[in-house]
Amino acid sequence: MTALPPPSKVKLGLVIDLDTCVGCHACVTACKGWNDQGYGAPLSDMDAYGSAPCGTFLNRVHSYEAQESDTPSKIVNFPRSCLHCDNAPCVTVCPTGASYKRAEDGIVLVNEDACIGCGLCAWACPYGAREMDGEAGVMKKCTLCVDRIYNENLPEEDRVPACVRTCPTGARHFGDLGDPESAVSRLVAERGGYDLMPEMETAPVNKYLPPRRKGAADVAPLTPLLDVQASGFAGWLDRLLEKF
Amino acid sequence: MHPAPSVILFTVLSGMGFGLLAFLGLGAAQPLGLAAFLLWGLGYALAVGGLLASTFHLGNPQRALRAFTQWRTSWLSREGWTSVLTLLLLAPVALAAIFGGLLPPMFGATGAAMALLTVYCTSMIYAQLRTVPRWNHWTTPALFMCFALTGGAMLSGHNGAGAILALLLGGLLVFAFRRGDGAFADAGSTIGTATGLAGQVRQVAPPHTSENYLMKEMIYRVGRKHSRRLRIIAVLFASLLPAAIQLFVPPLPVVMGFAALLHLIGAFAARWLFFAEAEHVVGLYYDARPAAASIS
Repeated sequence: MTALPPPSKVKLGLVIDLDTCVGCHACVTACKGWNDQGYGAPLSDMDAYGSAPCGTFLNRVHSYEAQESDTPSKIVNFPRSCLHCDNAPCVTVCPTGASYKRAEDGIVLVNEDACIGCGLCAWACPYGAREMDGEAGVMKKCTLCVDRIYNENLPEEDRVPACVRTCPTGARHFGDLGDPESAVSRLVAERGGYDLMPEMETAPVNKYLPPRRKGAADVAPLTPLLDVQASGFAGWLDRLLEKF
Repeated sequence: MHPAPSVILFTVLSGMGFGLLAFLGLGAAQPLGLAAFLLWGLGYALAVGGLLASTFHLGNPQRALRAFTQWRTSWLSREGWTSVLTLLLLAPVALAAIFGGLLPPMFGATGAAMALLTVYCTSMIYAQLRTVPRWNHWTTPALFMCFALTGGAMLSGHNGAGAILALLLGGLLVFAFRRGDGAFADAGSTIGTATGLAGQVRQVAPPHTSENYLMKEMIYRVGRKHSRRLRIIAVLFASLLPAAIQLFVPPLPVVMGFAALLHLIGAFAARWLFFAEAEHVVGLYYDARPAAASIS
């Protein structure tokens, strides 16, 4: 049913640290690797070895340069995937009921057996989180690795989304953003995590942590070393030499 | 947005068809016998043909029947229902006219209302999208309704109404073009709100080296350089020329057919622009700056 459920108590989602992300695209590869072989139609590639390869991905990493007037410009690597919005516009526009938001944990999913591939949900999403599979003709999107996080056949440390598990810098965090005491919620509170395009009023569950402020330090790091106070014999010699 | 030919064909033809069916249902023209067969047949052909064309862009059209299930929330689903109901409600009216009888006007009027509701549902599929600021406005349903009514009036031989509606349509088109140019900026989404980054933000490395589905579908920019000329063609052919012909040329069937043809050309140009000029906010992530500012 494409009516949105009442806001769930548990809101599973990601917190992405833009300060830590180095833009290695390992999350993109891990995501494609996992989602190629389990849940739903595999993520097809069209013209994979040709001049214009085009594939289906559930996660993309942009790199931006942000230039503020008072600081040096900084490069920010920016992973972009489904934000599992509380007020998901992609769900309500679906004519077939294929697109839905889970009442128990808030994950937004597509029932591919009911998807007619009209593409309207991709139009309704401000974040470009949905991509039509060129081969299967059904809409693909981040499942938050729903087939990993509850999978008791996997070792416990693997029961997180593939992108989180693989991130070499720990820039991706997974948890319950509906619980204010969870590690991810505290991280968001401490670091000032924010929503993307708040003006769209989609109420995203995923949050982004801003890059830490960088620039010239107040005191140059080597300055304290210049002010050496010699003591003992060296101190006596220092004072003696200053007399001449 | 990518101007998919199937969707342009669908919205223009079915809009015109439902407009004609509305006029016929209201009894604005009461043909009998062969004339009824031809006129009602034209209305049904346009409406059904358009609906069929709309299935060409589906990834899995064999499941299209499922689209009837979500009428509570989805305008696309509602459109499916209203279009089928219109065709069913008007069928006895059409058959009665063809075989020389007439049904009480209630039948036709209900069908006509449903036909207009269908066009409204079609327009709301686009107008509901906050992600496309140019569409997210009352001008979208107004334009779709006005196109349907103008086409319907012309095809059912109502010159006076057709001329007035065509002129109204022209005014609406000009207003919608102008308002649309500022819509993206007014909606307030920028690369700054999209990324949450402060200061001047530009993309230094895209996430992929060639175009993906998002870029092909929603970041369409080819041909915008012709939009000025196409706007003039749209207003001239959809509105001014047909209005002038209906007002000043004797209403011979050939002349009226020619006027309708001109209107159709203008309608296709306008609908192409409706898609090609519409900018989706996802383009901000790809640093595809709104082009509207450079047009007017």
